[in-house]
Amino acid sequence: MNIIKFLDGFTNESLSKDTSSRRDMFNTLGSFGKKAALSAIPFGLAAMPNKTFAQDMGNDPVAALQLALTLEYLEDEFYDLALQSGVLPTGRPETVYAQISKHEQAHVDFLRAGLEGAGATPVEKPTFDFTVGGMFDPFNDNGVGQETAYAQLLALAQAFEDTGVRAYKGQAGNLLGSPFLTPALQIHAVEAMHASEVRRLRGLKGWITNNERGAGMPEATQAVYNGEENVTQGGVDVTTLGDDAPFSMEASTEAYDEILTGEEAVAIASLFIVS
Amino acid sequence: MKKNTIKVQPVQKATHRRQFLKLGGMGIVGAGLLVACSNDDNGGMMPNPEPEPDPEPNPDPDVVFDLGEGDLGVLNYAYALEQLEADFYTKVFNSFYGGITDEEKQVLTDLYYHEVNHRDFFKAAITAAVEGKADLMLPTLEFDYGDLDFGNREQVLTTASVLEDTGVAAYNGAGRLLVNPVYLTLAGKIVSVEARHASAIRTLLNPGSADFAGDDYVTVDTGLSQALKPSDIIAAVGATGFIATPFTANKLP
Repeated sequence: MNIIKFLDGFTNESLSKDTSSRRDMFNTLGSFGKKAALSAIPFGLAAMPNKTFAQDMGNDPVAALQLALTLEYLEDEFYDLALQSGVLPTGRPETVYAQISKHEQAHVDFLRAGLEGAGATPVEKPTFDFTVGGMFDPFNDNGVGQETAYAQLLALAQAFEDTGVRAYKGQAGNLLGSPFLTPALQIHAVEAMHASEVRRLRGLKGWITNNERGAGMPEATQAVYNGEENVTQGGVDVTTLGDDAPFSMEASTEAYDEILTGEEAVAIASLFIVS
Repeated sequence: MKKNTIKVQPVQKATHRRQFLKLGGMGIVGAGLLVACSNDDNGGMMPNPEPEPDPEPNPDPDVVFDLGEGDLGVLNYAYALEQLEADFYTKVFNSFYGGITDEEKQVLTDLYYHEVNHRDFFKAAITAAVEGKADLMLPTLEFDYGDLDFGNREQVLTTASVLEDTGVAAYNGAGRLLVNPVYLTLAGKIVSVEARHASAIRTLLNPGSADFAGDDYVTVDTGLSQALKPSDIIAAVGATGFIATPFTANKLP
């Protein structure tokens, strides 16, 4: 499937509105466990009864995973290029990027295998432009200089990881009742571990305060943080639960990460996708 | 520096630590018998009676709280874990270990804030969910850290690391038990913050390393973090002896 076509479909929610194709997907998912077991795909470990598939209207596990795969392609290529760029200082930065790169590669492989195991064709890897049409030069390809390039490498990594956390979280509801839910949550938490470390490597807190993108983050990344100022959780304004510091606006926003909708995640990823 | 592994009981000698939480018979549904010795668990406030050789199921089933089933069971389960984390960090915050760095103080203060917020959120959410049936809500738990030395940096950070890692694995494993997507999303909002904590604590313990998402916690082949079911989590947490109030999880896997 062509990436742009896929993303358009996701944005229009046409995939989830097409009930007949959704039924087909449920059918392929129904046989997923067996196929996965046969091919030893770790997804198969998350044994789930199939009866709950039809419970939620409009949920579309395959589309959710295709979105996840798209974001993982983006991260995987970014960290590969970062490690090859010569921009990363040795020591902690290189160690951190190498560890994250290892995970993003594993996530790509894992999601592709899972989709194939479910009878779906993984979305093709897009062509990325991490300069966003010349706005950035994170790999120092255009001679912006090591220092600026490194700052951009860190800023983009932070934006990608924080986006990943929010995007996976936004798809959890679409995976409810599917065997993909637990692995997706397992990846989601890893993205959060990455995000925390990259943020701390940049001198920020590992968690997001209000909707602040943080010092040194380009304004273009603000979309990643909009909405993080929410303090209403399950209908409860958590700042009203107490009077002291744990219930301040700052602590109350830090203590909960917010979702990105599929549409919002696609809009962010699309900045870096040429075709 | 050798990395701590993911197991509970990181630092204790367990001389007066008791197994307050204990796995029931293997193969039965649920996490089993979490029965405390009812008399000798209050820190020497009462004379120690005859030793109870093995905790038995409480003769009065009304006394020991069971977490329940379905969404409510999961909420109570999360509430128990958040109570433990909140209590632990409150103690850390109230008396920081000597020689604490500014960075460590900032991280541990934030973790105290976040976990207290989570705890009170679950209390509010469960209060709403049980619709006045207060006996369905997990009561306020009591804690006993045994020999854990809150004045010792290594012990505090190692315990924090175990608690955060355990929290992530617990939420990861509990998501699929939820039916209501609103609760699933709420759990997702919290688990990623727990994972951010886990990462930060791991880096405090081993600066400059890959431990923030270490190979001991994230499976190398798949890039997946741990997911454990409630009975495994409760057994592990129980083995620490930290939770002094007995409860059961007989209706959770």
